[in-house]
Amino acid sequence: MILASLVDMSRLQFALTAMFHWIFVPLTIGLGVIIALMETYYVRTGNEFWKRTTRFWMKIFAINFAIGVATGIILEFQFGTNWSNYAWFVGDIFGAPLAIEGMLAFFLESTFFAIMFFGWNKVSKNVHLLSTWLVSLGTILSAFWILIANAWMQFPVGMEFNPDTVRNEMVDFWAVVTSPVAVNKFIHTATNAFVLGSVVVIGICCWYLLQKREEEFSRRSIKIAAVFGLISLVVLIWTGDGSAYHVGKKQPMKLAAMEGLYKSKEGTPLVAIGILNPRKDIRRMKEDSLSYMLESPYIFNISIPEGLSLLANRKMGTIVPGIEDILNGGYTYTNRNGEEKIAPPIEERMQRGRIAAEALATYNKARISGDEANMTEAKKVLDENFDHFGYAYIKDPVEIVPNVPLVFYSFRIMVILGGFFLLFFSLTIYFERKAIIGKQRWFQYLGIISIPLVYICSQCGWIVAEVGRQPWTIQDLLPVSASVSSVSSSAVLTTIILFFALFTALLAAEIGIMIKVIRKGPEA
Amino acid sequence: MLYFLQHYWWMVVSLLGAGLVFLMFVQGGQTLLFLTTRNKEEKTLLVNTFGHKWELTFTTLVTFGGAIFASFPLYYSTSFGGAYWLWIAILFLFVIQAVSYEYRGKAGNVFGARTYEGFLFLNGMFGTILLGVAVGTFFTGGEFIMNKNSLTETLSPTISYWANATHGLDTIVVPFNLAMGIVVFLAARTLGTMYVIMQVDSPELVSRCKKQLRITASAFVVGFVLLLIALFTMTGYSVTPETGIITPVKYKYFINMTTLIWPLIMLSAGVLLVLTGIISSLSEKSRYSFYMTGAGVFLAVWSLLICAAFNNTAFFVSKVDPQMSLTLYNSSSSTFTLKVMAYASLLMPFVAGYIVYVWRALTKTQISSDDINRPDAHKY
Ligand code: HDD
Ligand code: HEM
Ligand code: HEM
Repeated sequence: MILASLVDMSRLQFALTAMFHWIFVPLTIGLGVIIALMETYYVRTGNEFWKRTTRFWMKIFAINFAIGVATGIILEFQFGTNWSNYAWFVGDIFGAPLAIEGMLAFFLESTFFAIMFFGWNKVSKNVHLLSTWLVSLGTILSAFWILIANAWMQFPVGMEFNPDTVRNEMVDFWAVVTSPVAVNKFIHTATNAFVLGSVVVIGICCWYLLQKREEEFSRRSIKIAAVFGLISLVVLIWTGDGSAYHVGKKQPMKLAAMEGLYKSKEGTPLVAIGILNPRKDIRRMKEDSLSYMLESPYIFNISIPEGLSLLANRKMGTIVPGIEDILNGGYTYTNRNGEEKIAPPIEERMQRGRIAAEALATYNKARISGDEANMTEAKKVLDENFDHFGYAYIKDPVEIVPNVPLVFYSFRIMVILGGFFLLFFSLTIYFERKAIIGKQRWFQYLGIISIPLVYICSQCGWIVAEVGRQPWTIQDLLPVSASVSSVSSSAVLTTIILFFALFTALLAAEIGIMIKVIRKGPEA
Repeated sequence: MLYFLQHYWWMVVSLLGAGLVFLMFVQGGQTLLFLTTRNKEEKTLLVNTFGHKWELTFTTLVTFGGAIFASFPLYYSTSFGGAYWLWIAILFLFVIQAVSYEYRGKAGNVFGARTYEGFLFLNGMFGTILLGVAVGTFFTGGEFIMNKNSLTETLSPTISYWANATHGLDTIVVPFNLAMGIVVFLAARTLGTMYVIMQVDSPELVSRCKKQLRITASAFVVGFVLLLIALFTMTGYSVTPETGIITPVKYKYFINMTTLIWPLIMLSAGVLLVLTGIISSLSEKSRYSFYMTGAGVFLAVWSLLICAAFNNTAFFVSKVDPQMSLTLYNSSSSTFTLKVMAYASLLMPFVAGYIVYVWRALTKTQISSDDINRPDAHKY
């Protein structure tokens, strides 16, 4: 019997380590490109100023990189230690991008990292510049491969279930790599990292300006970062819209949670800002349906008419299913093969999931006893019901509803901050052009405050993506309760405490070192 | 086709494993921090010497993990999810290494240089021993249960788990595993010491290292020979590929060596290189002995890992029920996946090429305190 507490602990551990990793990774990716741009200026102009500037940002890069690497290794091995069932069930597909990431991206990063830092006097200027670009490319490639893996969990494609080995097997690598969800996710996340790197550079420079030091250094760094940041942000917002579109198509429950949408109608509006009504609890739908129905989903909201229909279906007057609609079924959707279908109620999917699981068990018994006829029969039943396989592990329909407030608010924060950064970068460029950025003290403060904001924004994005897909590890195929390793929940708790203590200590050290390096400044 | 790919990928995974053991000279070197250095400057010198290389070792470990996940996912889920504490301990010991180089010498690092030196030492000593223990389980197996059909039991669908409550800690006290751990540690330390002798421009430190080398290298050689004897007299498990039935076979690993022959040749060449390297390092002309011993360790480990699975051997034996043991045939990925990755792996020589290029660019000249203290040097 899998204990709920074990699943929760394992999720907590994963979320904790992933979110820690994500503190460092976007800065590595974003700053990597900015450094490479700066060094390119240096090599082209031969101006020592750019060399000093590059080397200062490289110092920041190195401090951040080390801890990113440290947190990454935990994540990788965790798929085995904490999600072992998952590792077998989809390892045939999921493992490949991870292995390729190691072979093609991590070696690139870590090898040329050495030249970037120790090679200044050992290789020529051009080789050094090339190394810096290769490190940057390595970080982007590693993001690419891991995001393919992640996107595949949200939208599994290119595979077939093999009852003989009891797992999913890859049949189309190309489909996995070029899945529209993966491509969109990669661009959205990479540009997120670019934006984050830019904001951090601008923020640190704003601090110098506030201190009235390093004026030239700061202004020139800001210029590069702001332009790079603005361009990235435009792409980021554009692919953000794409993300929501794909979520609507492939993970309707996630979209419903993002919007706090319970019951839908034609021409579904989009909530711009709103406060959820905490008494609207889906679990009460069955127990006390009248008072549940009377409860409004929001205490307060401002909505854009037709907004969600446009976002999810690209068409006015269409229906976007809400949480209740999904639980009850009956709305139309387009399935993986592009056919229009009427969604069955979740109860029915649970039943069909159990039929699939039983068919698989029958198949295996028949295989052992060599009963070909029964095998074919069971295989047929399994194939017919496999789309619902994961629902076999669901005990109660409401289990498939994720944590609505967490997803709802995280989504709002991300989008609103996205708008804020648009303004922020535009202002930065404007002030910089007018050469008055050194005088706008309020703006310098704003620059510093933007640093935590951009991190919050980025973490919120992941909360939307990952919490929103609960309880699925692999959408519709495998829920968390069937993915987890069989260790004791106290063992996992102990691990969480250990990692949390260690990571917090290391984070403290990292911040301590960063502050010292920034204080000393580029001249040190 | 599948048969070939399964063997190809075991070769690749073992190659990464062997590369990892060789590259753990970095870990071995870290254990020199306390016994061989006299002052802070020498410590800094050592940290910087190995600081140019630690990333490579680390990345090899990560890639080894990724490659084994992709090619033998059932091993990944059974060993990692089963021997939970063993792997978590290893992870922990590597996390503390990754930051220590960068943070040790920096102002504002909160815990002081000595803490990070302590981390490096722990990683060097116990990281290597525990990884060796994990390697040992390829020969001694583990107390696990594995049944793929559990997946259809929707109340407890876990397909593999450890059969006792230690979650893998029991592997550490298996004498053979522990011996393997210690030998891996001694190999790493021997190589680390030899790397210092080759690479550091500080006569006093080098002469102290030579003294250390005598002790460590002798222990390593003796330990390795004893380990080989234990291995060759061990009972292993054989699998019949057609039926999947697993049977115990006396002297299984010795038989594997002598039936396949080429691993035996690799092993002998490895031992020869190790010895030549050590001897030449102790005499005066020592510039290339590190590479000789390194290549020897690499070959020896590679051949042993190959023997753990080739010739129809179960490479992760269940001590609860040998029929549940993992073999190349029941634990690998599908033909398609192995093939896709085999194409990707064709880029490995290219990767190896640039690694060698960078290695040479940075190892051309010896390191001295003066180099590190130059104002424009990136110092650890
Ligand atoms: C600075 C960071 C940042 C900013 C300003 C935005 N995003 Fe974002 N968003 C991310 C950082 C991010 C992210 C951290 O990169 C995520 C997490 C997972 C992912 O794929 O990207 C993400 C995920 C994510 C998802 C979930 C995707 C999934 O579940 O697979 C959606 C729907 C959006 N974003 C939509 C938007 C929209 C409409 C934005 C408009 C302003 C926006 N994001 C701005
Ligand atoms: C680095 C950025 C990431 C962050 C911040 C992040 C965040 C999270 C969070 C918050 C959870 C817990 C959700 C919950 O328990 O309700 C989670 C779970 C999980 N995420 Fe992510 N995630 C990240 C990247 C990834 C990637 C790239 C993958 C896969 C390649 C991934 C795979 C998983 C898995 C397997 C779980 C555990 C099972 C589950 O709860 O579904 N995550 N993640
Ligand atoms: C759950 C999923 C993830 C796993 C298993 C994972 C694994 C790892 C590992 C093992 C490392 C260390 C590599 C080394 O030895 O150099 C690492 C570093 C890195 N990862 Fe992740 N990672 C995950 C999520 C992500 C995501 C979502 C991104 C980006 C979109 C990312 C980007 C990077 C980058 C750029 C590095 C190298 C630089 C740094 O560490 O700061 N990772 N990751």
